[in-house]
Amino acid sequence: MSQLIKHRGVVEDDWTLLRDAVSLADVPASGSVLVPVALWLSARDALIARGDVGLWLHPGDDPAIIAGDLAQLLVVAVDFPQFTDGRGYSTARLLRDRYGFKGELRAIGDVLRDQLYYLQQVGFDAFAIRVDRGAEGALKGLDDFAGTYAPTVPEPRPRFRRRIEGPGDVWFPGA
Amino acid sequence: MYRYDSFDGAIVAQRVSQFRDQTRRFLAGELTEDEFRPLRLQNGLYIQKYAPMLRVAAPYGLLSSRQLRTLAHIGRKYDRGYGHFTTRQNIQFNWPQLADVPDILAELAEVEMHAIQTSGNCIRNVTSDHFAGVAGDELIDPRPYAELIRQWSTFHPEFAYLPRKFKIAVSAATDDRAATLVHDIGIQAVRDAGGDTGFRVLAGGGLGRTPIIGHVIREFLPRAEVLNYLDAILRVYNRFGRRDNKHKARIKILVKELTPEVFTREVEAEWARLEGGPGTVPDAEIERIAAFFVPPRYERLPGDDASFRAAVADNRAFSNWVKRNVFPHKVPGYAAVTLSLKKTGVPPGDATSDQMDAVADLADAYTFGEVRVSHEQNLIFADVRQSALLALWGELKDLGFATPNIGLLTNIVCCPGGDFCSLANAKSIPIAEAIQRRFDDLDYLHDIGELDLNISGCMNACGHHHVGHIGILGVDKNGAEWYQVSIGGTQGSAAALGKVIGPSFAANEMPDVIARLIDVYIERRHNDERFIDTVQRLGVEAFKERVYVSTH
Repeated sequence: MSQLIKHRGVVEDDWTLLRDAVSLADVPASGSVLVPVALWLSARDALIARGDVGLWLHPGDDPAIIAGDLAQLLVVAVDFPQFTDGRGYSTARLLRDRYGFKGELRAIGDVLRDQLYYLQQVGFDAFAIRVDRGAEGALKGLDDFAGTYAPTVPEPRPRFRRRIEGPGDVWFPGA
Repeated sequence: MYRYDSFDGAIVAQRVSQFRDQTRRFLAGELTEDEFRPLRLQNGLYIQKYAPMLRVAAPYGLLSSRQLRTLAHIGRKYDRGYGHFTTRQNIQFNWPQLADVPDILAELAEVEMHAIQTSGNCIRNVTSDHFAGVAGDELIDPRPYAELIRQWSTFHPEFAYLPRKFKIAVSAATDDRAATLVHDIGIQAVRDAGGDTGFRVLAGGGLGRTPIIGHVIREFLPRAEVLNYLDAILRVYNRFGRRDNKHKARIKILVKELTPEVFTREVEAEWARLEGGPGTVPDAEIERIAAFFVPPRYERLPGDDASFRAAVADNRAFSNWVKRNVFPHKVPGYAAVTLSLKKTGVPPGDATSDQMDAVADLADAYTFGEVRVSHEQNLIFADVRQSALLALWGELKDLGFATPNIGLLTNIVCCPGGDFCSLANAKSIPIAEAIQRRFDDLDYLHDIGELDLNISGCMNACGHHHVGHIGILGVDKNGAEWYQVSIGGTQGSAAALGKVIGPSFAANEMPDVIARLIDVYIERRHNDERFIDTVQRLGVEAFKERVYVSTH
């Protein structure tokens, strides 16, 4: 079982990421699973009946295609094939801001310490650090900065509003 | 100028700590070169031919005398005693050691400076009009908005890993001195029919490999919406910009492939979801920032200074300098002065640490302690009393910064080229110098009149050769350095791209090629036509014939 950064700590990950599943036959009968979005779209009812299911998106997938399903999903993961592919940051913002996803939003793939701060700010609250890098060491990356100027998911008020209104509370998703 | 509050200062200090740790981990082998590269680039650090190059941000070109002294100190302590001012109003150091860079950033942070996002695939240093606040033709002062955008773009978490670099320019004057037509986003202050100030927004312009003039995607944007609209454009670009080919990854390619109409529809649809939301800018914030840009304590002067006028009438050398390097000021009795960093024999845009210190002293003595970097790689004192111009001219002559060539052929805009840059196909500095030597006769130079000459050492176009009246591009032909010449480009409000005149030339042919282009102009110009006007009237052919008939 791999490690996951969640709730600002390292936890054992009890979800199985099914990268290559193409049909229900590829999905184990029990245990929590993250299925490819294509499988979800083709076998949604069966997967909902099975339970313990989440899905993962490619960076190019439009999150609108699952907007109506978000209430059924405990976990949505977004894949980063390379950490320099920043499309997933906008995917996360849309899932949180536009489609109101309240479940776990997980970054998977080439997920490293030096991107954690920004990932957290766009709404990710779980980070599957690349397996060759320790999750413990990466934790510090969550606290690189005291804040940003632009509105973020944990702090939707931009800096200029907080300058006017005072600091207020910071909401960390899943915290 | 803008001063940091505790938050601004805190995050810049945190950036220094973050980069110090990243550098340590890289040197310890805990980060691979591929993992470290985007991190160092977002701190302005390139690995160049001989050493790292560090690009330090001067937001929209503004520097205090104190900041300039720190840059001089950094040049002396960590480099070889000089720096290079760039076409993006920044400064580059060519010889720092990687292990020293965290210390350099810490010294910069002490004077509210940084190298954040000066390179890499992110939103770069926002640029603006180097005469902001003093030009008579401006609608509003663009600096508060440039600062607002600087803050918004700094560590914007959604847009740190874009398909490619992203450049934004802001202009608020009739004469566009910020090149907004050739930026990823250009923002121009405009008034609507009701007299409200807002912005015209352009997208998809740029130079580089595929030069394109930006498209107007919104004629009037209410000013409170500026950040929401930027978010909308950047989100469309971040999601849909090409990532499969580095050379097709700029927003201009997305705009072209989608068509400007479809791109605009996408942006407007995205903006519709953001409009009026948390990113809407309250007037109170603009007022807070604008308070840093209130006019300095000008003396109340009756108008043009009599002693200044007399000196102009008496002294031809002084009057030449005034004609070229002094720009009118909206306050009576004042002027803006351009310090030419284009003296023959000195790489365009370079200044030594000693010169920087001297400029800082002059800024304190002759203006309000502020210096600006122009996108033509010169420095500017925005607020000088006319009565002090003669004395200032004397001081600048001693420094080598009084060459009266602003707007003329020898005010060459030039990238570092093959002497320093690992991307370059050819050297650019020696070409600039050879041309400057050829046109060293001041009377002839002034007779030729206004002419922008730009040189880039490769198609990345850091020397903005496409918008030079004469543009020179270094190309590689079987390992040899050759130069392609274009004419007819212009910057400003009517920006246009130059046309290539034909096959490229060897380095030693270049001064003759330029001389022949000038000969055609001198022979065929009408009255007060500028070079560019004659090119536009005659077309490229007339110039081409002369150049190629004589050389081949």
